Amino acid sequence: MDFYEISSSLLSISFFIYLIAVVFFGAILGKKRDERQKSKLTTIGIILTIIGFIAQVGSFIFRWMEAGHIPVSNMFEFIYFFSMCLIFAFLLIHFIYRYSIMGIVALPIAIVLIGYGSVFPTEVTPLVDSLQSNWLYIHVTTVALAQAILSISFVAGLLYLIVKVNQEVRSKETSYLELIMYFVVSVITFVILSFSFGAADYEAVFNLPENEDYTDISYTLPALIGPTDSELATTGHFYTGIEAPSFMNGPEAARKFNTLIWSLLSGLVLYGLLRLLTRKRLGAYLQNKFGKVNPDIVDDIIYRAVAIGFPLFTLGGLIFAAIWAQQAWGRFWGWDPKEVWALITWLFYAAFLHLRLTRGWHGKKSAWLAVIGFGIIMFNLIVINLVISGLHSYA
Amino acid sequence: MSVNTIKCECGHINHEGTVLCEACGKPIQGNQHLDGNDDQKVLEMRYDGSARRSKTYKRTFIDKTWAFFSSVKVGVWLIVITLIFSALGTIYPQEPFKNSPLPASQFYETEYGITGKIFYQLGFHNMYDSWWYIILVALIGISLVICSLDRYIPLRRALKNQKIKRHPTFVKRQRVVSSADKLSDENYQMIKERLEKKRYKIKEEDGHLFAEKNRFSRWGPYVNHIGLIIILVAAILRMFHVMHVDDYVWVREGETRVIPGTGHEYYVKNEKFSFDFFDPNEDERFREALEKNEAPIPKDFQTDAVIYKVVGDPVIGEEPELEEIKRGEIRVNEPLSFNGYSLYQAGNQMESEYDSISFKVNGENDQEIGEFKFETDEAPYQVELDDGTVVRVDDYYPQLEFTDNGPSSFSKFPRNPGIIFSVLKEGEEEGERFFYLAEEVIGLSEENTFSMSVSDIDKRSASGLTVKKDNTLPFFLVGAIIFMIGVVQGLYWYHRRIWIHPAENEYLVGSHTNKNWFGMKKELDEIFEGTEFNEFKDQSELK
Ligand code: HEM
Repeated sequence: MDFYEISSSLLSISFFIYLIAVVFFGAILGKKRDERQKSKLTTIGIILTIIGFIAQVGSFIFRWMEAGHIPVSNMFEFIYFFSMCLIFAFLLIHFIYRYSIMGIVALPIAIVLIGYGSVFPTEVTPLVDSLQSNWLYIHVTTVALAQAILSISFVAGLLYLIVKVNQEVRSKETSYLELIMYFVVSVITFVILSFSFGAADYEAVFNLPENEDYTDISYTLPALIGPTDSELATTGHFYTGIEAPSFMNGPEAARKFNTLIWSLLSGLVLYGLLRLLTRKRLGAYLQNKFGKVNPDIVDDIIYRAVAIGFPLFTLGGLIFAAIWAQQAWGRFWGWDPKEVWALITWLFYAAFLHLRLTRGWHGKKSAWLAVIGFGIIMFNLIVINLVISGLHSYA
Repeated sequence: MSVNTIKCECGHINHEGTVLCEACGKPIQGNQHLDGNDDQKVLEMRYDGSARRSKTYKRTFIDKTWAFFSSVKVGVWLIVITLIFSALGTIYPQEPFKNSPLPASQFYETEYGITGKIFYQLGFHNMYDSWWYIILVALIGISLVICSLDRYIPLRRALKNQKIKRHPTFVKRQRVVSSADKLSDENYQMIKERLEKKRYKIKEEDGHLFAEKNRFSRWGPYVNHIGLIIILVAAILRMFHVMHVDDYVWVREGETRVIPGTGHEYYVKNEKFSFDFFDPNEDERFREALEKNEAPIPKDFQTDAVIYKVVGDPVIGEEPELEEIKRGEIRVNEPLSFNGYSLYQAGNQMESEYDSISFKVNGENDQEIGEFKFETDEAPYQVELDDGTVVRVDDYYPQLEFTDNGPSSFSKFPRNPGIIFSVLKEGEEEGERFFYLAEEVIGLSEENTFSMSVSDIDKRSASGLTVKKDNTLPFFLVGAIIFMIGVVQGLYWYHRRIWIHPAENEYLVGSHTNKNWFGMKKELDEIFEGTEFNEFKDQSELK
């Protein structure tokens, strides 16, 4: 076995350990508050999480040894490092608050992220010249850690909303909460689909006779939407014959659009099934399961995660980033989309901190803000990297 | 502005607009609405009920402006508006990133259609240095200064003037409180010891106890706001050219060029430009990734540079006398610096120009009669071969193109040379003509005794260097450091106070922390555990 294989195996191992840990955390649902804290199940859940974490760190180290540079330089590596930081941040908060119910929200999010990251190419890639700097290590790792800690405020916020949103009547709040559930479900179905078709080596190739730069484009999911002005070159593959509208720029756009439609549709199917099974809004179903939590503690975690994460983000996402940019390009700030989104994240959490100074912004409102903040982080991580490319674009 | 005062029953003289007496904390009647204490059991303690200008004076225009900018609500709105515009600016690339020869007026519409046109017409393509974006940021700056002054001064005064003995109402209306019917001396001592252990500073007077720690953390926000202001000032300074030089220069291998932006004072020579790509066959680990990638992944670019300074005053138009001052390698991430300027490896044109082309000349019966090297920088000229045959360069087009008027050169850079030679027998005036283009030689005469062929080609690369001088960097750095200190000071420490108040027939405890009530309650439980005090009550718990 070489380092690369050891690393991959350890990652799979940690993935399954996290899954088992969720089961243990889940088993405390519905119990009374006091029982939960003392329950053996919680302890086992935490121990499993720690073991999974160690395995994941091991996987990270082996990959590092294989590549010869810190593995945070492409989409797969970054998401996977981010999920590791998320687990770390969860453990950190756990040891401050000993509030184990957080695990039932934090771990599934980390698991979904690992799954999502694994959809991207997993080979080790060499570092382009501009990334060959020690500041890369420092900048990327602090940013990922900071974003993970900030995400804990989302975890707490989601928990708060699940428990506190009034599920007796339908309202804007219940709808938004369902929207979050639907997003999570869509990511899950996307990962499942990608892996199923990947395992079957599905590949449909489109020819682009009129395009000068690209000759063909290959789809790994059946084509609901084909590229503009294209012909399906392989036989026996499903194709609706619908082409992407021409305003979508570049043939890759059509493929990404196809993937998006697949995720949203399949998400809809799974979401619908779950609704049928539970006969409730998913939010209402979860609220029932979760029972009571201490809103003061959860609210405190929402704030504290931001209070810890914000300075760290400033340091990694703005200051270290600026130092590195100064060294690499001679300008510490250049309004590159990625930089602008780091600024947006920073401004958002600054606004969050200021709103906390005002009466009436604790509790549910803070929880919604934490959700928006996570939305910004994910947008920055996924949409900016994949769609709006700039200097930092990975994929 | 007249300063009225309010005298509290404890004797302390407070400024107009004070909500809680600075000394004893007794709520001052008639001012409770200022902090919203009327309808709340728990007193608003964020600024200790001190008299803030923005809450006190609301008459003149200046008062109103002051009140406007010191409102956190306004501050948050400014931040949110800036945030939204910043985001809108990333929908399409900003003008400097558009990467197209089309002018902006056409680019956005051609590329993105109607939405692109709107983007352009709203001026979003130059969002971040548009005047209104700068004004937004400036408003944030103004708001920062005013709100900080509005709060810092009265808060500092209030914290300085606080007395150990507080009014019972003040203690009772804190957020987390407790009481006891009696308190043994022993337990009192134990509480004191525990407080000391937790690093509280303790003061006592007539049986009243006041414990306080980490007051400095209250200044965190003001420190961080100062850091931000320094950064904003640095950003303004950077707009002036004295403080900031940003230029670009292409230097070919072997060439020496003046460095723009230095007032003709410095020259750079590119001795050698080398580059390296990752090779899939060399590195097994990366093979899969490299083979998937169509474009090669660059590994390293490097310019071996020499920096010269002009001796004496530079005179434009005259060949300057140069003196070497520095020599070194410039790489991505490793700029070369001299006298405040830095050169960054930014661009490359690899083997884009011909440095020299060597030719072989054959005479009758294809017998070789000589070889010569054509240097693109020295043309046109003629050479004499060993047997007396002369090769004359008649025409030279560094970057050949064919127009209606025949061959001509697109630029003076030898990117695609075209050369017309005459080969003359010894002593003759007319010879045979040959045309070199695209690395081949074609005979132009009808019958040739001579023939020419290319025997060697030497290409050269050009290196693109960014020239930078930024005197504002230290300001940004200092601002950033102060900001970080302030943020950490304000967010990682908490200002905590505990009052033990002997009332008529009971002991009261009130406590205050500026944040992290969870930690405060835990600490209180630890301090008062095993004493006569009842369990602590949080009077504003979330339901
Ligand atoms: C991007 C700009 C800004 C940043 C990054 C920033 C940052 C901060 C931070 C980190 C805190 C500490 C928060 C806490 O302790 O929870 C704070 C507090 C504060 N900020 Fe700002 N701030 C900014 C702009 C403003 C503006 C425009 C105002 C004007 C209204 C303002 C008013 C305040 C006030 C009143 C406090 C609380 C002070 C206290 O607790 O005594 N800030 N700021």
